[in-house]
Amino acid sequence: MGAYAYLAPQSVQEALSVLDDHLKRGERAQILSGGTDLLVQMRSVDKTPRLILDIKQLAEANRLEVTDQSIYIGAAVPSALMTENVDLQALLPGLMEAADLIGSTQIQGRATICGNLCNASPAGDSIPAMIAAGAQCEIASESGTRLLAVEDFVVGVGKNALLPGEFVLGLTIPRPAARQKDAYLRFIPRTEMDIAVAGCGVSVSVDAAGQCTAARVAIGAVAPTPRLVPEAAAALVGTTLDEAALAAAGAACTAASSPITDKRGTVEYRRKVIAVLCRRAVAIAKQRAIGA
Amino acid sequence: MGKMHVTSRINGELREFLCEPNQTLLDVLRDELGLTGTKEGCGSGDCGACSVVVNDRLVCSCLVLGVEAQNAEIETIEGVAGEELHPIQQKFLEHAALQCGICTPGFIVATKALLAKNPDPDEETIRYWLAGNLCRCTGYDKIIRAVQDAAKTLAHPA
Ligand SMILES: Cc1cc2nc3c(=O)[nH]c(=O)nc-3n(C[C@H](O)[C@H](O)[C@H](O)COP(=O)(O)OP(=O)(O)OC[C@H]3O[C@@H](n4cnc5c(N)ncnc54)[C@H](O)[C@@H]3O)c2cc1C
Repeated sequence: MGAYAYLAPQSVQEALSVLDDHLKRGERAQILSGGTDLLVQMRSVDKTPRLILDIKQLAEANRLEVTDQSIYIGAAVPSALMTENVDLQALLPGLMEAADLIGSTQIQGRATICGNLCNASPAGDSIPAMIAAGAQCEIASESGTRLLAVEDFVVGVGKNALLPGEFVLGLTIPRPAARQKDAYLRFIPRTEMDIAVAGCGVSVSVDAAGQCTAARVAIGAVAPTPRLVPEAAAALVGTTLDEAALAAAGAACTAASSPITDKRGTVEYRRKVIAVLCRRAVAIAKQRAIGA
Repeated sequence: MGKMHVTSRINGELREFLCEPNQTLLDVLRDELGLTGTKEGCGSGDCGACSVVVNDRLVCSCLVLGVEAQNAEIETIEGVAGEELHPIQQKFLEHAALQCGICTPGFIVATKALLAKNPDPDEETIRYWLAGNLCRCTGYDKIIRAVQDAAKTLAHPA
């Protein structure tokens, strides 16, 4: 029934009232950002007509801001624009390398990390990196905006925590301290253009003596949703991020995983590889934090 | 809603077209505007045959809606050559960087976007930039040589 329609609202209020109208009439509306998941799905698994609500004209969704306190990445900011930002390269190298792994040059010209998050794939590359960075989603609805931690946003395979009528405006991330750095590593069978077999995002803070004072570790592609692993962080804090601490954090990631076997890898393989990725990502983040 | 009216600037020329809300920019270029130089390979963003530049960003036109092109600046393969072939096209010919040719418009549009951003890319940069363009004939080496030679020619025109 019905036909496709397209609208690019000029204000958040307009977008929300259109979403609300459709909800009340029982008609389907779907947010379009970069379209690199949505257009593929429209041609393959999900052909039903609906209203496509393009958020790329919204000033709020195009915000890309780095202040003394925080970083804001709007939901319409394409990866290519974000990863070109020199402040972000210096402050969040891990999140930038995760975004840089998503597809090709052409895909990054369009894809957004909020789209990666909303699509809620277990293997979404930027999600563990956002969790490690302590990102929160700013969610707009008719009743105002709310913040939700990224680790609580993905609730199942392809399922997110948005309520009907809500959409994500952007991400807010606390500005990393001077000796706080992140890193993201994934394993794929080739060097470009594939889906993660396992992925690990970490952020570590070190003091002047090289002791780890805070850490966040998140895993992807090894459970139905990306997961924050507080046990891995606990294994790092208070250490000098030595081999023993790295091994303990890796073991915590293996313990926190609940992977499946598919054509990309077996359960056993994924459980082993996630520990390796964690160790290596922490080592990279440590070097970055000490060097900073 | 039916067809929507869209105006954009394509290869420097103002163009108007009507398209379905779910029609891709690729289909609009080929079927509504007769710009068939842009090719459809996979239709899912993997092969890069449909590469075009929209508002200075290299994208796959199969993953852009035609309606999103409202007020956009679009460059396609048809805009690359002037009176004569563009140096990139000339170098693809000289280095035999094509066989069946289906992927070639995408490679040339992607190469032009690369050299506009980075006139002197090293081989690794070229290979990563072009990782989203698939070629099943050449084995890529001849393409890389053509791109390197084109970069040299553009930096030091004869
Ligand atoms: C060739 C190719 C390679 C790829 N490689 C990778 C890869 O290596 N790693 C990886 O993780 N992904 C990969 N992807 C998937 C995709 O590119 C990413 O998930 C991308 O980040 C999606 O962002 P987008 O802006 O294009 O999302 P869209 O397609 O616009 O949206 C994705 C989904 O999220 C919803 N949505 C988007 N924005 C919002 C919002 N603000 N509020 C509410 N809902 C919203 C949409 O309705 C849709 O359901 C690849 C895709 C292609 C085509």
